[in-house]
Formats: sequence, structure tokens, C-alpha cells
Amino acid sequence: MVQYSTARLDASFAALSDATRRGVLEQLGRSDASITELADKFHMTLTGMKKHVGVLEQAGLVTTEKLGRVRTCRLGLRRLEEEAAWIEAHRQLWDARFDALDRVVEELKRKEKVDE
Amino acid sequence: MNSRTTVERTSDRELVARRTFDGPARMVFEAWTKPELIMRWWAPTSFGISFLSCEADVRTGGSYRFVFGHPASEQPMAFFGRYIEVTPPSRLVWTNDEEEGGAVTTVAFEEKDGKTLVVVHDLYPSKDALDAAIASGSTGGWPEQFEQLDDLLNTLGASV
Repeated sequence: MVQYSTARLDASFAALSDATRRGVLEQLGRSDASITELADKFHMTLTGMKKHVGVLEQAGLVTTEKLGRVRTCRLGLRRLEEEAAWIEAHRQLWDARFDALDRVVEELKRKEKVDE
Repeated sequence: MNSRTTVERTSDRELVARRTFDGPARMVFEAWTKPELIMRWWAPTSFGISFLSCEADVRTGGSYRFVFGHPASEQPMAFFGRYIEVTPPSRLVWTNDEEEGGAVTTVAFEEKDGKTLVVVHDLYPSKDALDAAIASGSTGGWPEQFEQLDDLLNTLGASV
């Protein structure tokens, strides 16, 4: 079971609490878009759209990449899935280690009892 | 399989693993600081890797070097760094110097009623460094050879 910290969940929910940002996600679900294109589509200033995209980016819902003078935005969900998979793999590594460590600790305890 | 190990990314730069062990902190600490004991659990056999050598001079300023072999890799893999803080039996801090952008690992041992909660905290130098570790597919410093990790574990899970 992958666990996300409360802070990260809060960031996701805060990002999704705004109608424009939900619209942007929907739009990016159809195709990647530049900040300028998104600002046009939602009748906003470039600065206003940058802020919204920044919030979505912080929450890991959107990733952006700057190519020349254009910043392209795309859905970050895939990245989130990759991250979740990685964290799960990392957890399995620690879990396997800790199972082995359990046995070592058990043995140390038994030894101490014998020595007493 | 019911597992008691939790791992979470607690911030852009931090990763935390937790587990409680049925034994006093001094014992669990011992298992983290004696090379002959480290070798018995740090490289889980289910991962197909094995220690070739394990050197650990566990004192503040001391260094460590773990070398592993894996059937899929001709080259042995070395993981090394330095202990920044060693406070028995409650705290261990070390660096991971085998690659740039490596984390600083802090392990806290908290004893309560004869049991010990172990918290492994990896602090990466930047969000980019942790993102890069994730993007490379390596888990906790394991190289890419272990991409078959999931398959391996699934096989293992099925046979239990």
C-alpha cells in the first residue's frame, strides 16, 4: 500500500478546488498545450494562467517543460503513477530487508537469554 | 502478505521508511553497526544480490563501503559514504557518495516497551535529485539492473 503524506494530498485537493484548474486538467487530457494557449482558451492573462499552472505543478498534477520561449504543459498523472510504483518497489526492498533484520534481532535476543 | 513496513515521500526531498522491531534499541542498533550482522540482512536474498564485502567503520567520521554482486551484472557494485553521526543506540547518520545527488540517510531508533521503532529518513539535496532517483528506476540506490525487481517480487509473493 502506497502512502502519500497529508501535505501532498492537501496540495492535490487545493489544486483541484478551482474550476479553472480543473478545466486546464481536462484540456491537457485532450492534448498538451503552452501557457499562452491555455491563457487564451480560458480568457486569462499570461500571469494568471502561470499561477494556476504553478499550483497544478506543485501538486504533481501537471508537468511543464520549456522549449525555447514556449513552456509546454502536460498532465503529470503518468509521472505520479511512476512515482507510486517506485515508492512501492522501494517499500518492498525495505520490507524484505526488515524481514531479514527481524530474524537477526530474534537471534540476538535468544543468544542474550542463553548467555544470562 | 501483510506488511508492517511503510514508505512515504514526506516532501519534495524526503523519503521515510518505518518499521517496528520486537527487541530493544541497543540490539537493533547492533544489527545496523556490526558488519557481520549487516551482511545478514541489508542485501535481501530475494533480490538476488549478495555481499562481496562489507566494511563499516561505524563511528562519527568513519566510512563504509558495501560491495555487491548480482548474476545479471558482471561488474560488482559499490555503495559507499561516511558516517556523519553515530549515537548509540538511538541515531545513525551517513552520506551516500556513490553517485552525485545522493541522499543523506538518518536512522532513528526509538524504544518503547521493549520494541523499537526504526525510522529511515533519506534527505536528497534537491527535489530534482529525488525525482532523478525515481526517474532512473533505481530503488534506494540500487542500479538499473534491478528493473526486474517487480517480476522477482511477484514470483516471490506467489510462492509464499
